[in-house]
Amino acid sequence: MKRLLRGARVVDPANGVDGLFDVLIDGAHIRKVGRDLPVSLAEGGQIVSLDPAFVICPGFIDMHVHLREPGQEHKETVATGVASAVAGGFTAVACMPNTKPVNDNAGVTELILKKAADAGLARVYPIGAVSRGQAGEQLADIAELKQAGCVALSDDGHPVSTALLARRAMEYAGMFGMPLIEHCEDPSLKGEGVAHEGPMAASLGLKGIPGIAEAITAGRDILIAEMVGGHVHVAHMSAWTTLEAVRQGKSRGVKVTCEVAPHHFTLTDALLAAPVPYDTDTKMNPPLREQRDLAAMLAGIADGSVDVIATDHAPHHADEKNVEYDRAPFGIVGLETAIPIALDKLVHAGVIRLPRLVELMSVNPAAILKVPGGSLAEGAVADITILAPDQSVTIDRTAFAGKSRNTPYHGWTFRGVAAATIVGGRVVYANPASGIALAAEAR
Amino acid sequence: MDAPTTDVVLPATSLRRKDLLGIAELTREEIVLVLDTTEAMKEISQRQIKKVPALRGRTVVNLFFEPSTRTRTSFEIAEKRLSADTLGVAVASSSVVKGETLVDTAKNIEAMGPSMIVLRHPASGAAHLLSRVCKSPIINAGDGLHEHPTQALLDAFTIRERKGRIAGLKVAIVGDLLHSRVLRSNVLLLTKLGAEVWVCGPPTLIPMGLEQMGVHTTSSVDAAVEGADVVMMLRIQLERMEGGFFPSLREYFRVFGMTSARLKRARPDVIVMHPGPINRGVEIASDVADGPFSVILDQVANGVAARMAVLYLLAGGGADNETVA
Repeated sequence: MKRLLRGARVVDPANGVDGLFDVLIDGAHIRKVGRDLPVSLAEGGQIVSLDPAFVICPGFIDMHVHLREPGQEHKETVATGVASAVAGGFTAVACMPNTKPVNDNAGVTELILKKAADAGLARVYPIGAVSRGQAGEQLADIAELKQAGCVALSDDGHPVSTALLARRAMEYAGMFGMPLIEHCEDPSLKGEGVAHEGPMAASLGLKGIPGIAEAITAGRDILIAEMVGGHVHVAHMSAWTTLEAVRQGKSRGVKVTCEVAPHHFTLTDALLAAPVPYDTDTKMNPPLREQRDLAAMLAGIADGSVDVIATDHAPHHADEKNVEYDRAPFGIVGLETAIPIALDKLVHAGVIRLPRLVELMSVNPAAILKVPGGSLAEGAVADITILAPDQSVTIDRTAFAGKSRNTPYHGWTFRGVAAATIVGGRVVYANPASGIALAAEAR
Repeated sequence: MDAPTTDVVLPATSLRRKDLLGIAELTREEIVLVLDTTEAMKEISQRQIKKVPALRGRTVVNLFFEPSTRTRTSFEIAEKRLSADTLGVAVASSSVVKGETLVDTAKNIEAMGPSMIVLRHPASGAAHLLSRVCKSPIINAGDGLHEHPTQALLDAFTIRERKGRIAGLKVAIVGDLLHSRVLRSNVLLLTKLGAEVWVCGPPTLIPMGLEQMGVHTTSSVDAAVEGADVVMMLRIQLERMEGGFFPSLREYFRVFGMTSARLKRARPDVIVMHPGPINRGVEIASDVADGPFSVILDQVANGVAARMAVLYLLAGGGADNETVA
């Protein structure tokens, strides 16, 4: 079926497009982007007139989520995870391998892909474990993972245990063009820490995780990537010292990329004390840090040092979070809050302009993972995120499509929201509040 | 004279708050109210029949998730002197043992209708968590590394009793600053009341950013003790040595142990305090602990009175108890 989206602003930085254009979709692919395309091109199809306040972008890709299936389906499943993704405006997600069992073999990868195909909403790109069982001892069967559909490797939740294993992984995975996505954290410096090490943790009596615990492992892996010619992607960067290490690596031509989660450029550890002291929805790893770190993340986003915004969507059941701070699991959900936060706190706040946001959330993750998307060129997959940048939204976690409610943003109001999500030419989500003339379609 | 009479005048007021979670939440005026009330309670504790009916008909549950002898005993005696019915619940707590959550335990106890819950728990913020889920007043009897407010109140009372004031005094606190809830509560209280607080310990046991709580930090015992009116020693736990924070107990004592010689730098009328239990020959030499400057056992005695004051004031104090007779 053909579909002509008319009248909206199109932001497609991969092709240098930013302006009022029409987008013609033919089946699962983009046919043409142009000014005032004749209606006859969509003959027999659907013609959708859009207000110029809407923005058509290549589909947003969240390259760091936890879908919890198999093994922890009480937190999230692949089906609820992709429902959450499309409701948040994401057309694709890459899911971390710390499931139970770990995604270190084709069987688990295939299960995830099967569940994703059954759900038929967002695309799902599994990330395979670096080491067998994520135990940090022996490389997983990486060729098998690649063949089954994994797009990258990570022992997320933990760093790759030793410099030697990180080296071997980068060398070996390089053969398949897969990046090593590193959860940077020196375990000895992290210890039993649950909060950023600094004045806030000191006054709350919480054990600290210093920022350099992250930077030290990032520095290690950047040096390894430089030596072996590998690609390391620094996951959920949070500390200013890590950003410095990444900048140095990039300036030397090392293949290092990095991502920042929305909470690390909007929140600091002040949130641990107020308004709700010891609220476990402020507990994530890496932890909320200080103003200096937050300012560095914003600077890195603005100056291009940061490649990607990824949510580290980490669903946990309410019962698991309703415990002492020390005992609560790390993590917050992010899929359904990321676009409002990014539009409000980055674009409307004047940190970056919209095309740069599209690079951070679509172009760059597609390039790093080497997956389709990130472009509205003729013949590209018709994965599209339509934004309503001026529409305000108040976050209501009770209305999330995902299974879990662990977010510190409940009740916050942001300007900007996803209006619709199109995957492979099919409208998989339409936000009724945005007034967009699209409706979600069954397969 | 020995009958429970009204000859002691308790303040006809109360803390206008549901819980005592920490010193952080208290105003200067509230702290002074507790200290003044402690004085009246101490008078009761010195009678032959040490009992008033202030909390008659009320049930106080002492919910202890950590082993504690001194604090639990002190609270129990305080409760009994106020004629409360008391119940001690000691719960084995281990992060690896799966079982009922803290919230469920507390809700179950609350369902039985206690008037107050005194909570000791190894996790920082546990009292805050319970205060959100329980309607009963919560008294924090120590939460993890965070606060131990009744300890700070009894310490302040002891200092005021000896020195007549707190403002302007130099207080040196020496020991394991990283793992001490006593430290945090004392720093908050003493700085609110205008003392000059010096904290001292090995750099490995000084939390990053502690100076932002308005204290001088140093690793020189001599600098901390110099001219001090109050020297407060904190307990060193053996497991900290195993954690690599310092090489040996012997070396700790060599560098940080409070000896008579070191104490000479303090003011001649210095008082030496310790929240207990003390490690003789580790953080404090026996001749100091037992010596003329030591007020360690006064602290223990005052602890009962301070806890009586907190229980009384939180239970409504004079607000719904016109008299204590």
